[in-house]
Amino acid sequence: MTVEANELEFDYSKYGFRQEENYVFKSGKGLSEDVVRELSMMKGEPEWMLKRRLQALAIFYKKPTPLDGAWGNPDLAALNYDDIHYFVRAGDKPATDWDAVPEEIKNTFERLGIPEAERKFLAGVGAQYESEVVYHSLREEWSKLGVIFLDTDTALKEQPEMFKQYFGTIIPSADNKYAALNTAVWSGGSFVYVPKGVHVDIPLQAYFRINAENMGQFERTLIIIDEGASAHYIEGCTAPQYSTNSLHSAVVEIVVKKGGKFRYTTIQNWANNIFNLVTKRAVAYEDASMEWVDGNIGSKLTMKYPSVYLMGRGARGEVLSVAYAGKGQHQDAGAKMVHNAPDTTSVITNKSVSKGGGKTTYRGLVKVHPGATGSKINVNCDALILDDKSRSDTIPYIEVEEANVTLAHEATVGRIGEEQLFYLMSRGISKAEALSMIVLGFMEPFTRELPMEYAVELNRLIQLEMEGSVG
Amino acid sequence: MSSELVIKNLHANIGDKEILKGVNLTVKPGTIHAIMGPNGSGKSTLSNTIMGHPSYTVTAGEVWYKGQNILELEVDQRAKLGMFLAFQYPVSIPGVTVANFMRAAVNGHRAVEGKDTRETQIPMPQFRKEIREKMAALGVDEAFARRYLNDGFSGGEKKRIEILQMSMLKPSMAIMDETDSGLDIDALKVVSQGVNVLVQANSEMGVLVITHYQRLLNYIKPHVVSVMMEGRIVREGGPELALELEERGYDFIREEVFGNGN
Repeated sequence: MTVEANELEFDYSKYGFRQEENYVFKSGKGLSEDVVRELSMMKGEPEWMLKRRLQALAIFYKKPTPLDGAWGNPDLAALNYDDIHYFVRAGDKPATDWDAVPEEIKNTFERLGIPEAERKFLAGVGAQYESEVVYHSLREEWSKLGVIFLDTDTALKEQPEMFKQYFGTIIPSADNKYAALNTAVWSGGSFVYVPKGVHVDIPLQAYFRINAENMGQFERTLIIIDEGASAHYIEGCTAPQYSTNSLHSAVVEIVVKKGGKFRYTTIQNWANNIFNLVTKRAVAYEDASMEWVDGNIGSKLTMKYPSVYLMGRGARGEVLSVAYAGKGQHQDAGAKMVHNAPDTTSVITNKSVSKGGGKTTYRGLVKVHPGATGSKINVNCDALILDDKSRSDTIPYIEVEEANVTLAHEATVGRIGEEQLFYLMSRGISKAEALSMIVLGFMEPFTRELPMEYAVELNRLIQLEMEGSVG
Repeated sequence: MSSELVIKNLHANIGDKEILKGVNLTVKPGTIHAIMGPNGSGKSTLSNTIMGHPSYTVTAGEVWYKGQNILELEVDQRAKLGMFLAFQYPVSIPGVTVANFMRAAVNGHRAVEGKDTRETQIPMPQFRKEIREKMAALGVDEAFARRYLNDGFSGGEKKRIEILQMSMLKPSMAIMDETDSGLDIDALKVVSQGVNVLVQANSEMGVLVITHYQRLLNYIKPHVVSVMMEGRIVREGGPELALELEERGYDFIREEVFGNGN
């Protein structure tokens, strides 16, 4: 593989970063078999994983960019695959320091009052150290219960059998172009295993671990909740995640076995030059329960439809999501629920807010296969549009091949009510505050499901976003 | 600085339709002033226009209060000047609890431009104590503090919450828009009592009571009664005018003002 010297320069210019690099390795721009081989070799991966990566790469090349059709989006035309670094490994010391963080993001941090640990992470070495301490102490508590919580690369080494048993079984490479891409170049992510009957009652927070490991653009997460076990995993945080790369494409695979309960909470707040194309899927077996709590605030374009395959009698799936699209943003998000067994239940609640020319799309699928008798489905989509420049679309696909099913679907689209605004202002509340109260109130069914500190952060973030919307 | 509310030649449209056709009215401090009139006479338009509802366009006239033509002020600035509108149909705001809303309103009133809100806002213990007391006085269950504002409230509950807001915000000029509509007699008494307590506490407070029926005026006793018809004030008198209207209806005034066959 030949790499031109100038290609080794990571393009920090648009954020005014200084050229300080300590990367041990960085691939040139663009994707090739060589890049994938190099990456796999650097990670010291087993042969089967390299094979898997190369197969996936072939699929990625073969599949066209989904610009149209049921799950396509013409906005993807702006994505240039050749202009992306697919693998960057930071050195032993973080390459960024607090001074190098873009001013705009620093200001947001200041105003949000983001937890110290996180700021220190961005600030450099000390923070990484501290984050790891926190992470390790939590890890010990969990591991006593037999819980495994590792970054995915380490899991491949330490848990090879379980890894091989489940990896790519929920979301095969051929599922879609971006799942194939992720499989080819994945790096980082979380691996969680909760043994039979173990209840992890504090949320597993990826953010400590990710801080310690450095966030990947193509992270791969694999979670297995064994029979009768329960856990809650939280990924990301409401702080803005900036990146010089323009593509984030993760894959999250989850198995919830008989009687297990799992909730996966995400709040993404990518910088708004990022294409955020994520495939998230869970299978839930008999009497299992799977909940996706999914918040999308940032990115240029997000396409994400967390899904639950209900595979055993009495399984239950839920997706509760909010999307907030400001200027130049398109949040194309929703859910997929596939009923494959009798007496299964699914609930989809989607709330979206668009302002300043932003666009939200709810796109969802409910599929009931023959034999899934007694299934209950409830879909609720509410969109709030804050001005004339913004828009919202609802695209629900409903395919029911079973007669004995209860299905309720409701969709509303509203504008900020003049009456509501007048009412609040007539009580001495300023227009800006009144607007954010209405928006936060609208999102409240989502926010109340978050742990307190996340809810507070999300609310503050929305308030900041809303400040500029008066006029 | 006069705390009289002076309305001069007020004209207002909704869309292209003129509803207020030159209203002249003065509400003196320490006065309860009733405006009565048949449906469609423009009473609610008047109250909404004074407060600044965006659906109404003022085409002419002025409304002076405390030395300012308040028509030039934003709605929240009017509120901070001491104006309060008790709505006929309060809207619901899902996801916003009564307590949080109330606190934002109280803090909005306390906010001073250029000053950090952390300095001006009401301390939590004081806010809790005050809202508890007022809720008890108005017979509002404390559980309402955690409910979403007006969301699923009955007509009577909404009106009590309006008066609760009024007693928390202590306006110097309150406009009651058909507060009696949808109230049973017990609720009517509680609500009226709430208003009377405020009036007694502030001898300078002006109240504009807008009502179709005389019934409310048995409980909130007016000093002055004005009659509104077809977008204008057409009669002014003492409390006895309300009784006469109750007895004779509005037609006799219509005939006097507009003549037969109009």
